[in-house]
Amino acid sequence: MKLELKGVSYIYDPLASKVKKAVDDVSLTIEKGQFVGLVGHTGSGKSTLAQLLNGLVKPTAGQVLLDGQDVHAKGFPLKTLRQRVGLVFQYPEYQLFEENVLKDVCFGPKNLGLPRAEQIEKAKKALRLVGMEENLYDNSPFDLSGGERRRAAIAGVLAMEPDILVLDEPTAGLDPAGRDEILSQIARLCKEEGIGVVLISHSMEDVAAYTERMLVMDHGKLCFDDAPREVFRHVEELESMGLSAPQVTYIVRKLNERGFALPDDLLTVEEAKDAILKAIMK
Amino acid sequence: MIRDITLGQYYDADSVIHKLDPRVKLAFTIIYIVSLYVGNTVWTFLGAAAFLCVVIALTKVPVRFMLRGMKSILVLLIISALFNLFLVSGEPLIQWKFITITKEGVRMAGLMIVRLILLVMGTSLMTLTATPNELTDGLEKSLSFLKIFRIPVHAFGMMMNIALRFIPILIREVQQIMKAQEARGADFESGGLIKKAKAMVPLLIPLFVSAFRRANDLAQAMEARCYHGDEGRTKLHPLKYQKRDLIAYLILLLYLGAMIAQAVLIR
Repeated sequence: MKLELKGVSYIYDPLASKVKKAVDDVSLTIEKGQFVGLVGHTGSGKSTLAQLLNGLVKPTAGQVLLDGQDVHAKGFPLKTLRQRVGLVFQYPEYQLFEENVLKDVCFGPKNLGLPRAEQIEKAKKALRLVGMEENLYDNSPFDLSGGERRRAAIAGVLAMEPDILVLDEPTAGLDPAGRDEILSQIARLCKEEGIGVVLISHSMEDVAAYTERMLVMDHGKLCFDDAPREVFRHVEELESMGLSAPQVTYIVRKLNERGFALPDDLLTVEEAKDAILKAIMK
Repeated sequence: MIRDITLGQYYDADSVIHKLDPRVKLAFTIIYIVSLYVGNTVWTFLGAAAFLCVVIALTKVPVRFMLRGMKSILVLLIISALFNLFLVSGEPLIQWKFITITKEGVRMAGLMIVRLILLVMGTSLMTLTATPNELTDGLEKSLSFLKIFRIPVHAFGMMMNIALRFIPILIREVQQIMKAQEARGADFESGGLIKKAKAMVPLLIPLFVSAFRRANDLAQAMEARCYHGDEGRTKLHPLKYQKRDLIAYLILLLYLGAMIAQAVLIR
C-alpha cells in the first residue's frame, strides 16, 4: 500500500485575476505504518494537500497514485480511495448526525455497501480503538462531551478500516488531557494496526514527540521532508515561514549560549531533562 | 455553481456610484424598474439600456462579472420567451400544425428578454455597489416612518442584515460538511430522487445543528456587548446626504421624466 503524489498542483479559481496556487508542485510518497507530521503556517496549503490525498479535490496538475494507479483516471473507483485513505477533518464532531453513536460510526461501512452485521462489527472495533466506553454507544452524539464527540467522529472514519489515516488538527480545541489521549491513541493505531498516519498539526511539540517523518509546507510548496530531528536543525528557516521549533530546542540553545555543551538536536522535554541532568552531574 | 450567482454579491471598487448613499441606490432600483414598464416600444428599452450602460461604466464593475450573473437566469429567460413566442395571438407569421408564431409574439418575446436582462442587471447593481450593511441601513432609515405604526423596523433590518451575513458562512459550511461526509463514502450525486433526498440527511442535520450553534453564539456575543435593540442606539457612520446624493437624485428624476415623456409622446 503506497500513496504517491507526483508533481501535484492545485489552483482554487483558475479564472481569478490573481492565480494563487494552494498547492504547488508537490511530490511525496506515504506508506503504511508511517507516522508523518505535516506542518505549515495558516494558508500554506496543508488542508488542501490533505484533501488531495483522498481525492476530495482534483489536482490542477500532476497525479495522485494509489499503488501506482492514477486515482483520477477514468473508471477508478474513488470510493476505494476514500476507504483506503481516511480523512478526518478539522472539528470532525460537526459532521455527526445519527441518533446514536454506533449508528453514526456505521455510516462509513454502510456507504461501502457492507452487510449490517459487518457494519456493526467494524463500528464497534473502531470505537474500541479510540477508547470509547461501551455504555456510550447508544447515546446521542450531541449528548457527549467535546473530547468524546471528537473520538466518535474519528471512529467514524476508522470504521472504514483505512490503510492511511489523515487527520487535520485532531486536537484543536481540546484540553491538554484530551489532546494527549487522542494523540497516544493515534500513535498506537500506527504501531499496532500498522496504519499510516498523516497528522496535520500546529504544535511542534506534538510533531516532535510523535512523528518519525515531518513535512513542512510553505506557500503551497513542500519545503522539508525529513525526520523531525533533521528538520528542527533549520530553526531560522522554519521561523521565516512563520513556524518555530519545539520550546525545548530554544531552551537548549540558550543554555548552550551560556556555556553548556548540550547536543543541539534535543526535541522532547524528556530528552532535554536527561541531557541537562547529565551535564550538571558531570 | 454557487460561485456563479452574482445576484446579491458585493463588488468592491472605488467609484462614484459606490460612494453614494444607499438610499439613492434603493431609489435607483425602484425608479429603474418603473422606467422599464412605462412603455413597450423599442425607444423605451434603448433609453433604459443607454442609461444602464452609463451607470455600469461609472461603477467600474467589470462587464464580465455582471454577465456571469446572467447565467443563473438563462432558464427563466428561455421559458418566458417561449411562452410569449407561442401564446401571443395576432397576425400569424409561421403556421405549422398546431403551432402558430405570430408577429406580435416575436416582438413580445424579444422585448421580454431585453426587459428581463435590463431588470436583473439594473437591480443587481444595487447589491454590487452597496454592502448588505449599507443596504439594510438605508432601508431601515427610509422605512423608519413605519415606526409610528409600531412596526419594529430596526429589528427587521437587523434580521435581514444577519440573514444576509450568514449566507456565505452557511455556503462554506455546506461545502465543508459535504466533503467530510464524502470522505466517509457518502454519495450525493447518483441515484433517483428518493435516494438523493435521503442522502441529504447527513448534510442537513449537521448544518442545522451548526446554524443553531452559530445563532446562539451570535446572540450571546451581541448581549455581551449590551445590544438591546433600537432605543438610544447611535451609529458609527450615520447616513447623511451629501451634495453628490442630491445630484444623483436629480439625475434619476430627470431620467424618469424623460422616460415617461418619450412613452407618452412616441406611441
